[in-house]
Amino acid sequence: MSLSPHLALHRFGYGARSDVPLPADPLAWLDSQTRAAPAPLSRPGYTPADGYAAWREHDASPPPPGQQSPVTRLFRAEQQAWVAHLLTTEAPFHDRLTDFWLNHFTVAERGGFGVTTGFSAFLRETVRPRVTGRFADLLVAVGKAPAMLFYLDQVASVGPNSSFGRRSGRGLNENLARELLELHTLSPAGGYTQQDVAELARLMSGWGVERSAAPFDTIFRPGNHEPGQKQVLGQAWAAGPDSYEAALRWLAAHPATLRHLAFRLVRHFIADVPAGADVTRIEAVLRQTDGDLGAAARALLRLPSASAPRLGKLRPPLEYALALFRAGGGADPRPVLGAMAALGQPLWNAPQPNGWGDTAEAWAGPEQVMLRLDIAYETAGRFVRRDPRDMVEEVLGPLVRPATREAVRRAGSMRDAMALLFTSPEMQRR
Amino acid sequence: MTHAHLPPIGRRGLLLGLSALATLGGARLAVAQNGPSSGGRGERRLVVIVLRGAMDGLHAVVPYGDPDYAGLRGALALPEPGREGGLQDLGGFFGLHPALRGMAELYRGGELLPVQAVAGPYRTRSHFEGQDLLEGGAEQRMNAGWLNRALAHMGGGNQRARRGLAVGVGLPLILRGPEPVGSWSPARPQRPHEELLGRMAELLHEDAVLGRGMREGLRGRGFASAALASADPPGGGGFQRLAAAAGRLLAARDGPRVAALEIGGWDTHVAQGNRMQPALAQLDGGVMALKRELGAAWAQTVVLCVTEFGRTARVNGNMGTDHGTGGAAFLAGGAVRGGRVLADWPGLRADQLFEGRDLQPTRDLRAIAKGVLRDHLKLPPAALAAAFPGSAAVVPEGGLLRG
Repeated sequence: MSLSPHLALHRFGYGARSDVPLPADPLAWLDSQTRAAPAPLSRPGYTPADGYAAWREHDASPPPPGQQSPVTRLFRAEQQAWVAHLLTTEAPFHDRLTDFWLNHFTVAERGGFGVTTGFSAFLRETVRPRVTGRFADLLVAVGKAPAMLFYLDQVASVGPNSSFGRRSGRGLNENLARELLELHTLSPAGGYTQQDVAELARLMSGWGVERSAAPFDTIFRPGNHEPGQKQVLGQAWAAGPDSYEAALRWLAAHPATLRHLAFRLVRHFIADVPAGADVTRIEAVLRQTDGDLGAAARALLRLPSASAPRLGKLRPPLEYALALFRAGGGADPRPVLGAMAALGQPLWNAPQPNGWGDTAEAWAGPEQVMLRLDIAYETAGRFVRRDPRDMVEEVLGPLVRPATREAVRRAGSMRDAMALLFTSPEMQRR
Repeated sequence: MTHAHLPPIGRRGLLLGLSALATLGGARLAVAQNGPSSGGRGERRLVVIVLRGAMDGLHAVVPYGDPDYAGLRGALALPEPGREGGLQDLGGFFGLHPALRGMAELYRGGELLPVQAVAGPYRTRSHFEGQDLLEGGAEQRMNAGWLNRALAHMGGGNQRARRGLAVGVGLPLILRGPEPVGSWSPARPQRPHEELLGRMAELLHEDAVLGRGMREGLRGRGFASAALASADPPGGGGFQRLAAAAGRLLAARDGPRVAALEIGGWDTHVAQGNRMQPALAQLDGGVMALKRELGAAWAQTVVLCVTEFGRTARVNGNMGTDHGTGGAAFLAGGAVRGGRVLADWPGLRADQLFEGRDLQPTRDLRAIAKGVLRDHLKLPPAALAAAFPGSAAVVPEGGLLRG
């Protein structure tokens, strides 16, 4: 079995676009995306300093009800920049990896201005340049990113015996420490305790964000740092700023972390219930390469299950919406964002820190399936000037089932034909 | 556009029960499809509201009479009943948060039963594990929810609407499982016409996941369009709107009898005083919307509000609280024997706290749920055992209901 050009785009990208030629050598094309630095987005982003300036502007004169905050304006533009990029991307596998890691390290708009002000940097500077590098480097960058420090309340954590803690009576916030262990690294299978969570929170205390003065970025405040040695999972760590990064690197290399990451990667790209052998293979690659995420991505492509013809995974709304608008030749990100939200997956706004569900059961409830049909029909209405009979072949190629081709051919209108193509299992799955 | 050359929905579609399509256009055809209720469907209703993120029970059902309360809570402590912005008294020891205004009224009418110092059997402080276990109903993770397993034992099949209803876009774990359930969410401006829907159904028919979803979805929409057609769309904020729709669907004679809703906003690590207020107000508005829309059926309704765990007894360094253990739950409804607080109060002294930090649970949440399933839905012991595997030692709580 080998990966056909259509399957490469379908399973490891966001589906084909009829106005973009298919790769001649799909595997080499996918590989190359894991070796080159990603091209910058065509629309400009903003720095945390820009974001904090907008935040101050908001605080100085809060916009009247119904009017957008200057912070939200920045964030909406960034959402549009990313979706506009995904609609026409030339490196969709790299982008899928970015989306995967953004979900692994969820920060969400509902976390407030602390998240939205830092989101552009989180996407462009923290996550995207590191998704094919070493996991440890990604983890350290995320662990010190202002958006994450705000989202999981690290900015509010104070060592109770630090000089500021004693003076103010303020104390620890365990939120980021807990999710670092549970979601970002070990997972509960790693066997840590409440004591480990509290110790990690002490170890991390002092790390926060300075948003009202230079550097308008992450800083370490010695006066907020809990003094004394800390014990996390039997490891001793000295007081001071350096232990945070050292502990993150230690956690990144932990066998439970590698297993967890391998499981999540295979589950996302290959199967809701990953085969043990597939997980073991990716885990071995991570172990042998010191956590090289690019090597793990290339190994994923070479799993026998990666080129299996059966489309076993249901596209989550984010991917489904993109696939429809790419198939139709869309370039405007706004209706795509609307479709994602309507289908229950508003971009960068997961309800909880564990991010979006990554299996079919999270997205296949009765009303969720019905809403997909509504969106298929609505979206078809936007692209009625395209002939759906051509579109079937261009977008699905060898993946199309006879029943779908027949339904498209026999439909009562162009719009119905396209809605049927958009509804087909081949479009909803990958 | 003409459909003259098109085949009808097709044999397969009809075999699948896609005649529910006929009801999408409104109530007109709905009657033709199914006869009147065959009598198997009882009148008792159960609504489960999952409060995601761990509601701080000590801030909702406040033990202001406990001598350690004010000291532990510091600036987060709420003023006693009778003071400005104070608690609404629940009999001299507990008080209800002032944002729960409607629910306090229910309490005074004997229709609200707050439960304190309650927890599931697990002692995790992870939201996600905690929610999965709360909804799964066992001490290990399950692929199906306890409410779904309970539904399998309810009578009243072969009706237009499924007995179980998920409200909102998603299908929460508590209702996932082999027993089919309906769902409802607010409509989009454009929907495929009926004939196209039939073709879509044929395309998806063989897909194990999407085919099943669509069959249930059609059924649910068919029913909802009939049940909701007669009145204006429910108003109010997000959760209140969903709750109102749930109430209206549950009120229908041949409507669902069990519904699940979810509401977030409870993970108050920081500035809890301000952040919990809107979540409580939404919950209160939702419960009152249920009462309003259920109308006469409210008398036969139990609303059970549960959360994955409570929060730390002490305030943290950020005027918030962290993940804890014992928490609070609510039973509301005309069928509830309320007007009292159900609690074996463990106390808040340092040596009375669980692991020195959390409210000690003295009651198993499964006992409450099992009591409701047994005494309200009249489910047999086998159904309770199936809903909550491994809970043989957990005796259903009696006396939760009137009569």
